Amino acid sequence: MSTGTLYDKVWERHKVADLPNGQDQLFIGLHLVHEVTSPQAFGMLRERDMDVAFPDRTVATTDHIVPTRPEGRERPLADERAEEMLTHLERNTEESGIRFFGLEDDRQGIAHVVGPELGFVQPGMTVVCGDSHTSTHGAFGAIGMGIGTSQIRDVFATGCISADKKDVRRVEVAGELGDGVGAKDVILHVIRELGVDGGVGHVYEYGGEAVHALDMEGRLAVCNMSIEGGARAGYINPDETTYEYLAGREFAPEGDEFEERKEYWESIRSDEDAQYDDWVEVDADDLAPQVSWGTNPEQVVSVDEPVPAPEDTRDPDAAESAQDHTEVTPGETMEGHEVDVAFLGTCTNGRVADFREAARVLKGREVADGVRALAVPGSGTVKRKLEAEGIDQVFKDAGFQWREAGCSMCLAMNDDALEGDEVCASSSNRNYVGRQGSTEGRTHLMSPGMVAAAAVEGAVTDVREFDTPDADLVGDRAGDAVDGAGEDAEVER
Amino acid sequence: MSDDAPGSAGDDAPETEEAGVPAIRRVAGTGVPLRGDDVDTDQILPARFLKAVTFDDMGEYAFYDQRRDEDGELNDHPFNEYQGANVLAVNDNFGCGSSREHAPQGLMRWGVEAIVGESFAEIFQDNCKSLGIATLAVDHEDAVDLQGFIETNPDAGIEVDVRAETVRYDGTVVEGEVPDAMREALLEGIWDTTAVMATNLDRAKAVNDGLPYTDD
Repeated sequence: MSTGTLYDKVWERHKVADLPNGQDQLFIGLHLVHEVTSPQAFGMLRERDMDVAFPDRTVATTDHIVPTRPEGRERPLADERAEEMLTHLERNTEESGIRFFGLEDDRQGIAHVVGPELGFVQPGMTVVCGDSHTSTHGAFGAIGMGIGTSQIRDVFATGCISADKKDVRRVEVAGELGDGVGAKDVILHVIRELGVDGGVGHVYEYGGEAVHALDMEGRLAVCNMSIEGGARAGYINPDETTYEYLAGREFAPEGDEFEERKEYWESIRSDEDAQYDDWVEVDADDLAPQVSWGTNPEQVVSVDEPVPAPEDTRDPDAAESAQDHTEVTPGETMEGHEVDVAFLGTCTNGRVADFREAARVLKGREVADGVRALAVPGSGTVKRKLEAEGIDQVFKDAGFQWREAGCSMCLAMNDDALEGDEVCASSSNRNYVGRQGSTEGRTHLMSPGMVAAAAVEGAVTDVREFDTPDADLVGDRAGDAVDGAGEDAEVER
Repeated sequence: MSDDAPGSAGDDAPETEEAGVPAIRRVAGTGVPLRGDDVDTDQILPARFLKAVTFDDMGEYAFYDQRRDEDGELNDHPFNEYQGANVLAVNDNFGCGSSREHAPQGLMRWGVEAIVGESFAEIFQDNCKSLGIATLAVDHEDAVDLQGFIETNPDAGIEVDVRAETVRYDGTVVEGEVPDAMREALLEGIWDTTAVMATNLDRAKAVNDGLPYTDD
């Protein structure tokens, strides 16, 4: 068993009791709630005549079902079932005294974008949400876990979940990332190396030079996809990058309180001599941009590398049926594979830095004829910040549709969906058959810059072949903008 | 093989009065084979059917997109062919992907009471535990053999024994693994954890009060 890791320390700190089933009762420091997986849990609570035990540890937003067309967000929503879900969430959160960021709140957005950017998520917390991508919050050195609806009921009623500790695998990513290569490429590469079920029974502690060089938005993207590798959670030890990101966020501590809290944050970092259950090294030194060719997130190649023959993969049967579906040809590269749709957004890559990355490619260029291109900011906060920088104009000038915040075409629970057998260059996290709303649709996962490049070329393209203008060319108002709380304060209330 | 006669889950198990949930010692019935690795929850329960504020209708939506042909008519998918079965036989990494409890809810409401497979995604397995669905992990060959047996003997009795961590059919006994917490929870009738954890609410409050970040 691991000892001295962040995971061990945070777990101990939150453990309430040993349960008769042999699991631990674990206190949950932050429960993020959305409309799709919570109404049934509120219903179960009502049946038992129980209340939400810790409403102040609970934050809700609406993301999965919300329309992203600005004109489609008038109430009641055109989709009656979406309207019903939203109404339930409004009523449930109001009755329970839970803070809720609804459609009329300009901070509304995807739970995994809103939680971090408003400062709710902090190092050393336990975070759960009825969504598998709760692993995202590990970017702060928190333990973030996706849960099901019965467990949501548990958290509402008791502030706790019943859980057992996993093994801790250190994923050491060595090397320095080249231009045009980023966090999304790192995590797609890790999943390819370790497999979609390689993380079962584990949480991943990401470390190493390439990981610690990432900014917070990159770290969020890496931890977000831990679940695609089968790991229940993934985290990165907090450091100055983490603290700088947190400082000044609306719901983060301030002043002396911030400094005091930092002592806790420092104390839960993995010890130098921490013991891990497993340790793997991944080299990212010569990493090229990654693209998925198949129908699960381990079926990935470098953009300039031939798609493997099924017999050369870990699971030939799965590879063969995946290649039938995506109509890729073994031996050929993904470069040049035509796309019909470009989708930028989601809890993986819907943050400010992701849109800046794409905008550097799009500046002065246009989306190829026939390509449908959607830019869907992860939250209202992200959207307003990009608009303040003039980056929205870069997208609009290029021919992207500029949308309101939501999960959108990632899982297509709103109007945004693939049609027929459309091929999509997507910044999302899953390429399963039917994931984007059409059973014949094809999804190729890639970084935001690669999505932008694919949109421009109408085909998968190596983003490194694009001259990327300097950051200060992006948007008229970007100026010398850098990531930081002071700047955010201008657009956050 | 009198023990292998079809029956309902936990039919020999007493009710645990306090928790109000039944103990589940064994699931006996017939099987439904579902071949393939990495069957994700998007396939088990497609996202568009999540737009409902209860789980009531989820049984109809289980494997919806795979159960119909191009004209929307039911095809020969196992969930159409093996109606009435309650032991699902699957392969590797079953239930990966989205955490949606709608997936095991859909399987349960279709009729599944136990799942035998090579391995399961963790959130899916946790969700199964919360619903009282037993999952038994067996070796690859054993999973494939069981699927083949069901396909040639669709009406044959199959029994998953939670306590012994075995699946029995046709005189064969295959050993597997039910996760410890699930096994304990099912056998003791404590798979619905809310009541158990609510008895520790004061301790939870104490942990809350002792955390450095809860005074925001």
